[in-house]
Amino acid sequence: MNKIWLVIQREYLSRVKKKSFLLATLLTPLIFPAIMAIFVWIAVEEKENQALRIIEVVDENNLFFLESSEQYAFSFSSRSVEEAKDLVKDGDRYGFLYIPKISLESPDGITYYGEENPNMNLISYLENNLKKKIEDQRLYESGVDPEILSKIRTSVDVKAITLDETGGERVSDATVNYAIGFVAGILIYMFIFIYGNQIMQGVIEEKSSRIVEILVSSLRPFQLMMGKIVGIAAVGLTQLLIWIVLIGTLTTLVTGILGMQMPQQQAMELAQGEMTQAIPDSEMGEVLAVINGIDFVALVSSFVFYFLGGYLLYGALFAGIGSAVEAPSDAQQFMLPVTIPLIVAYMGLFVFVLQDPNSTTSFWLSIIPFTSPIAMMGRISYGVPFWELGLSMGLLILGFLGTTWLAAKIYRIGILMHGTKPSYKTLWRWVKSSY
Amino acid sequence: MLEIEKLNKSYGPNRALTDVDLFVPKGVIFGLLGPNGAGKSTLIRIINQIIDADSGLIRIEGKNLSPSHISQIGYLPEERGLYKKMKVWDQMLYFARLKGLSQSEAKKRISYWLEKMDMISWREKKVEDLSKGMAQKVQFISTILHEPALLILDEPFSGFDPVNAEIIKDQIIELKKKGITVILSTHRMESVELLCDQVAMINKSRKILDGTIKEVKKSYRPDIFHITMEQLQVPLPANWNASEEDGQWHFSLSLAAKTPNELLTELMTYGQVSRFQEQVPSMEEIFIHQVKSSAHE
Repeated sequence: MNKIWLVIQREYLSRVKKKSFLLATLLTPLIFPAIMAIFVWIAVEEKENQALRIIEVVDENNLFFLESSEQYAFSFSSRSVEEAKDLVKDGDRYGFLYIPKISLESPDGITYYGEENPNMNLISYLENNLKKKIEDQRLYESGVDPEILSKIRTSVDVKAITLDETGGERVSDATVNYAIGFVAGILIYMFIFIYGNQIMQGVIEEKSSRIVEILVSSLRPFQLMMGKIVGIAAVGLTQLLIWIVLIGTLTTLVTGILGMQMPQQQAMELAQGEMTQAIPDSEMGEVLAVINGIDFVALVSSFVFYFLGGYLLYGALFAGIGSAVEAPSDAQQFMLPVTIPLIVAYMGLFVFVLQDPNSTTSFWLSIIPFTSPIAMMGRISYGVPFWELGLSMGLLILGFLGTTWLAAKIYRIGILMHGTKPSYKTLWRWVKSSY
Repeated sequence: MLEIEKLNKSYGPNRALTDVDLFVPKGVIFGLLGPNGAGKSTLIRIINQIIDADSGLIRIEGKNLSPSHISQIGYLPEERGLYKKMKVWDQMLYFARLKGLSQSEAKKRISYWLEKMDMISWREKKVEDLSKGMAQKVQFISTILHEPALLILDEPFSGFDPVNAEIIKDQIIELKKKGITVILSTHRMESVELLCDQVAMINKSRKILDGTIKEVKKSYRPDIFHITMEQLQVPLPANWNASEEDGQWHFSLSLAAKTPNELLTELMTYGQVSRFQEQVPSMEEIFIHQVKSSAHE
């Protein structure tokens, strides 16, 4: 036990003391606020420098009215179509909306002319306004009082409440849950790949430089392997912790400096390109309620569990592969069984889990140990039945015990083998042999 | 010190060791000889508990080999390496601690050895900045820091220039004087003759020879005598191929079923015998002879 501790210490310190670790750890979190700052800056610039776009409207029905906004002003006239088109061509007008005589039952022929392709926002703004006006007009014509009409107009916003077994209620919001699942899943995916590779590199280094023969005369190969896996996990956790603290501090700082009253949560999402339109202030309270509704202790502890569980499961396999080969380039042939389930989990996260966390596919992805660390993180903020979580965690523990057992069998022989390129068949013989 | 009985080991269909018995007394330098692939490395790995034997017994000072012996054995493998990015000091500390030394004790001994070997100025250097010979010295010190009772050296002189090889040789002799038992596995027969008290030879998974250097040489005397004669009374037979130099005649004769005394009596009839010396085989000759003769079996 004492010897594993020595190995953990060496693996940890030799990596944490490196300049490249310091650099990566300090610079990566700077990238997030930097991207965010650029986004915010562009948004602010765009708003300030935007020239008002004037759109000529010719309405032959004399019925419609379009309200001008910060971006668009609507100028109503009775010019001929040709004249109006010329105005656009000359650049005097940004665009031209032509509303011919229409029947309210089937409004056809409304056309927009522009120098450039109109953006979706403008078109849907026009469509919505015209549609509303036509609907109002038709209601009016069938005898509905406009006053009553404005009274019955309501804004509906469905608030989602999740009931849990104990009878408690919490406000939930798909967007917030999506973001949490997205970030947690990707973090675990990246962590497994980056640090799994470090395990493999470390094993290959010890094997190819023949340090390993000296090491295994002092301790069991299993101690050496576990020491390395745990030591590197500690490096990853350290990095994660520093990132969380740094990103938190820097994001708060950046948003503060820019004078944007953008809440951090929303800013983070914006920075990730997740939400391109800002949530209006009125919804802020709701987002906060959703965030308050999430059981953070459960979320964080299950994140740490799947983070470590997934890492240990794959880390052992990476160690096994490293022990079987002599150079990183030889490792390619054995990487497939490791990368495929990881990529399946990653794709599954986006295609199934985040779209429908409770579908059958999502369920199985979050139960099978090879995909559960990533898939379950996508489901967890939506709320997962206790038994499913228990089953998934139990299987993950069994899973990494299994891969560790398998990898240890390959490792103890592989590290001493030189000169031959093993095949899957050889590896299987190693697993079965007692050496 | 080390007793091995009927040790067997095979890798699948290939036998690496077949019924090997070995007895290494305390405080000797024991040469383990044999061509490549004979099974030496397997034997050494089993003693180091890196791999397990299929059957057989190993005892160290009367006790069955167990993990508690790890701290009493020092091992310098033939293929050896250090962490390139680690500093000399940290590296030595790591190896010493893995062998069970406490932090403070390990530091004390590393300081002692760095000073003794004139390496103090290297302590903060990374291994990748050292020359090959320097790295080998670091490796050697790392092997003996925990003062093992049994030291196993596999080709210890490979990679050393003659000056440094001499330094390492002196250290090995010094360790022996302290009562440490050394097992030396090597192809370099001149260092075997110089250093070893006893040898064992392994070929094709079997031990084919063992004993003290003297015993081994005795059992392999080729019965050839080197003779010098002067003041000849009678001319020497032509088939003796004697060559003359300043009135002295030099030649070699095989005993050919005679006793040395009978041969000497015969020689005396030709003139004055000024040298009559039995040819002693070198370990190299014995080694080659043994490997070749077992290849014919």
